[in-house]
Amino acid sequence: MTDLTQLTLAEARDALRSKTISASELTKAHLAAMEQARALNAYVLETPDQALAMAAKSDEKLAKGEAGPLEGIPLGIKDLYATQGVRTTACSNILGDFTPQYESTVTSQLWRDGAVMLGKLNNDEFAMGSSNESSSFGPVVSPWAPPNWSQDKLDAALKGDKKGLLVPGGSSGGSSAAVAAHLCLGATATDTGGSIRQPAAFTGTVGIKPTYGRCSRWGIVAFASSLDQAGPIARTVRDSAIMLRSMAGHDAKDTTSVDRAVPDYEAAVGRSIKGMKIGIPKEYRVEGLSEEIDQLWLKGVQWLRDAGAEIVDVSLPHTKYALPAYYIVAPAEASSNLARYDGVRYGLRVPGKDIADMYEKTRAAGFGSEVRRRIMIGTYVLSAGYYDAYYVRAQKIRTLIRQDFENVYHAGVDAILTPATPSPAFGIGEMGASDPVEMYLNDIFTVTVNMAGLPGLALPAGLSSGGLPLGLQLIGRPFDEEALFSIAEVIEQAAGHFKPQQAWWA
Amino acid sequence: MSVDQATVRRIAHLARIAVTEDEVPHLQGELNAILDFVAQLDEVDVSGVEPMTSVTPMAMKKRVDEVTDGFYADRVTANAPASDDHFFIVPKVVE
Repeated sequence: MTDLTQLTLAEARDALRSKTISASELTKAHLAAMEQARALNAYVLETPDQALAMAAKSDEKLAKGEAGPLEGIPLGIKDLYATQGVRTTACSNILGDFTPQYESTVTSQLWRDGAVMLGKLNNDEFAMGSSNESSSFGPVVSPWAPPNWSQDKLDAALKGDKKGLLVPGGSSGGSSAAVAAHLCLGATATDTGGSIRQPAAFTGTVGIKPTYGRCSRWGIVAFASSLDQAGPIARTVRDSAIMLRSMAGHDAKDTTSVDRAVPDYEAAVGRSIKGMKIGIPKEYRVEGLSEEIDQLWLKGVQWLRDAGAEIVDVSLPHTKYALPAYYIVAPAEASSNLARYDGVRYGLRVPGKDIADMYEKTRAAGFGSEVRRRIMIGTYVLSAGYYDAYYVRAQKIRTLIRQDFENVYHAGVDAILTPATPSPAFGIGEMGASDPVEMYLNDIFTVTVNMAGLPGLALPAGLSSGGLPLGLQLIGRPFDEEALFSIAEVIEQAAGHFKPQQAWWA
Repeated sequence: MSVDQATVRRIAHLARIAVTEDEVPHLQGELNAILDFVAQLDEVDVSGVEPMTSVTPMAMKKRVDEVTDGFYADRVTANAPASDDHFFIVPKVVE
């Protein structure tokens, strides 16, 4: 029998429906692959018993002809999603063994539609990071091996400190690595400044951050509430469209979720893009952009032109201010959201001489250095005397960033094509050690999209000279994810698929 | 703007995060690197611009003010580091 982990989500779905395969054997194949891949550290918790029970139930439903849209599909869940009865930590020591008494809305919709949970996936602590190195469970290793490393060198690094092996991006690094290494058919992820799209670009996978409000945030550990959105990472455009349909939808428990019908996104895959207007923003041609990423961008333009789209130059003049404004807004919201971790109601508690001392000791011990840094920046920019100079100014700049996009869309542009990241994946331990801003620059192309609340999709479009995946990003009009899926399919058809080397980690 | 070491200690206390004296110079450097980076926002003319308050423009949804959830204190306290009879136990707050 062929290796069931090599199927795409859509192929697996069709094979389950035609009863060529069973949900139980599909789940078992993935559990076996996960066991072989523990050195990658993509999963922080495997839930095999639950997975097999869910798969058995799916087989019953399939037999009765009552299959849901994701019936029997094994998925990985980012550890930011609350899963009832299953430890959820946001990969932070401060949550300890927190076991939610409730299920996040997005995951409950996946289970409603028949999906099977394989386990919880690693991420940067509280989703703060671009390399998955800030996780309390340690870094995730990308299934893409560094160029020209021998098997011996790979083995030694895997067993040792993992230095020099590649990062899978972040914060959804467990999600992107697990999808690229075929340890699930798709994964949930979240994106506050690029945490779905940058890891997708680093691992040759497809990730979409939908429009703000498209997915419910209820039951997802909050980082920056006006920027956070849930979305999928999968191996193909079609697979990500299938997952998003189940994840999206209105939820009365999240007042920012939007009461709008969820379209059949898969139907948009393969739809003609003839006559669509695609904008190319000149401000994304930043200084220091690698030549090969610039070339890839031009290639993307040509593919879309060949498919009948009209290419127009556009200007988004406030682009360069998005990242600095983000580093005021996001830490400010984080400092407020993370105030709840005080050692009283859940998680870690370090005793102190009085309650304030207990709070301070608990939070010092429980939060990692990046999280502490962001809480402190957020506290500073919200403190008396600085609120107007920092926070209010940043929110005004956010208005200007959104207006830039509105002007382009009012001029008839359907979507915008940009690079997803300024470089391919870097090595573990290689970035941001001396200057946190170095790491922040990873999100330079993705963060504008969160600031404006727009949908953004990243997909692989080629390989670097070193053989590593490079991604392009499509930015859409609010709630027009369908256009992104149609355009992305054109790029995927032209660029093909990109798979890491055989399972060198096993 | 940049922060001095006294400010670092004050922010840490406001954030309820204990810092040791050894950590202060390092934190000061990191916070100032971030503040330097965001300082470029000062060059933007924001006069007459409204700050963004809602990402997706929409009317705030409202509901009837009534109890719709609750009555499961055992679940609420299930993850507490210290609890007794559905109460959270904390150090003495009021003398």
